[in-house]
Amino acid sequence: MEEQFAKLDIRKNENIVYKRTDLLVDRPLSYCPGCGHGTVHRMLMETLEEMGLQDKTIGVSPVGCSVLAYDFMNIDMLGAAHGRAPALATAIKRMWPDRFVFTYQGDGDLAAIGTAETIHACNRGEHFTMIFINNGIYGMTGGQMAPTTLPNMRTSTSPYGRDTNIMGFPLKMTELVAQLPGTYYVTRQAVHTPSAVRKTKKAIRKAFENQKNKTGISFIEVVSNCNSGWKMTPVQSNKWMEENMFPFYPLGDIKIDGVLVTPKAETVKV
Amino acid sequence: MAKIKGDIVINVERCKGCEVCIASCPFSTIAMTKEVNGKGYHYAVKVNDDCTGCMNCAIVCPDGVITVYRAKVMAE
Ligand SMILES: Cc1ncc(C[n+]2csc(CCOP(=O)(O)OP(=O)(O)O)c2C)c(N)n1
Ligand code: SF4
Ligand code: SF4
Ligand code: SF4
Ligand SMILES: [Mg+2]
Repeated sequence: MEEQFAKLDIRKNENIVYKRTDLLVDRPLSYCPGCGHGTVHRMLMETLEEMGLQDKTIGVSPVGCSVLAYDFMNIDMLGAAHGRAPALATAIKRMWPDRFVFTYQGDGDLAAIGTAETIHACNRGEHFTMIFINNGIYGMTGGQMAPTTLPNMRTSTSPYGRDTNIMGFPLKMTELVAQLPGTYYVTRQAVHTPSAVRKTKKAIRKAFENQKNKTGISFIEVVSNCNSGWKMTPVQSNKWMEENMFPFYPLGDIKIDGVLVTPKAETVKV
Repeated sequence: MAKIKGDIVINVERCKGCEVCIASCPFSTIAMTKEVNGKGYHYAVKVNDDCTGCMNCAIVCPDGVITVYRAKVMAE
């Protein structure tokens, strides 16, 4: 069926304008169909390839669905205990200050069990990059409520929706760390449309450029889907994310070159 | 007159049938098969000749399974 529309005069190596980067290991990703984790992995690896940093970068993978990130990213990586990636990255960057170092963490990892490590690494102004995949849920363990779960959002541990009277309010970790003097670049992006993906890649590039100047933490939140946890199809989950996640977690830069760019009042309002 | 033409190749055995690429194509060039691949997923295929090689589908594909080609061709 496909071959009917194959354009064999165009399908030549010299005409390739896009292909999967070699920095992603040639094996299937372990993620559910349509999961944003895969897209972020690819943008990260494309950026390192374009910057020529494959053998100068050390990544730290988390606990969560992306626990196996070291199996997919063809760079040096270490796996941290749940939530401790910023502590490990701190040690790596201090031992190897000329290396480019990043953490890759989910919201359960970065904003629940690892809250202390996140806040203190940001407050100390360590010189690495943090990539934070916020899907508002514990994807890996079966869709339990996370600190980032939206009010009234259903999860396996909030089957009637998150009741903020009992379960508290969602945590805007990104706005929070933006207030700390040790963060230099703080932004919130997404990867559900081509233009969103391009912006995320630009943000990743900026974060790694910042590492050259040892300016402090560059923190990139990517609001992402968890279609399995949310119990939707991938396309439905992307739409749900636009309608429900983005109003609460608005996309855009929050701090650029050490300067806050959004009004502070907005960051405490729920 | 020269015209920009594109083509895509989908690694169907790695496609997970998420359909995210379909929504991103401005020319409705991609659709899903009725058949399934070795993993049991319906997979994406090219269904028309209108591709311009804009790369949208490849950039947004979570599994990175789409290769995009683009070239100037003489219009018939
Ligand atoms: C010390 C410890 N506590 C709890 C767990 C169980 N656990 C594994 S992954 C996870 C949550 C992951 O959620 P998140 O970081 O949001 O990643 P996602 O899967 O959503 O990408 C938990 C609680 C664990 N592995 N180790
Ligand atoms: S459970 Fe959720 S976060 Fe994990 S791979 Fe599946 S969709 Fe992605
Ligand atoms: S490259 Fe652009 S035009 Fe071609 S199939 Fe992909 S999205 Fe459609
Ligand atoms: S986005 Fe990729 S994995 Fe999903 S259906 Fe399209 S080609 Fe397949
Ligand atoms: Mg999560």
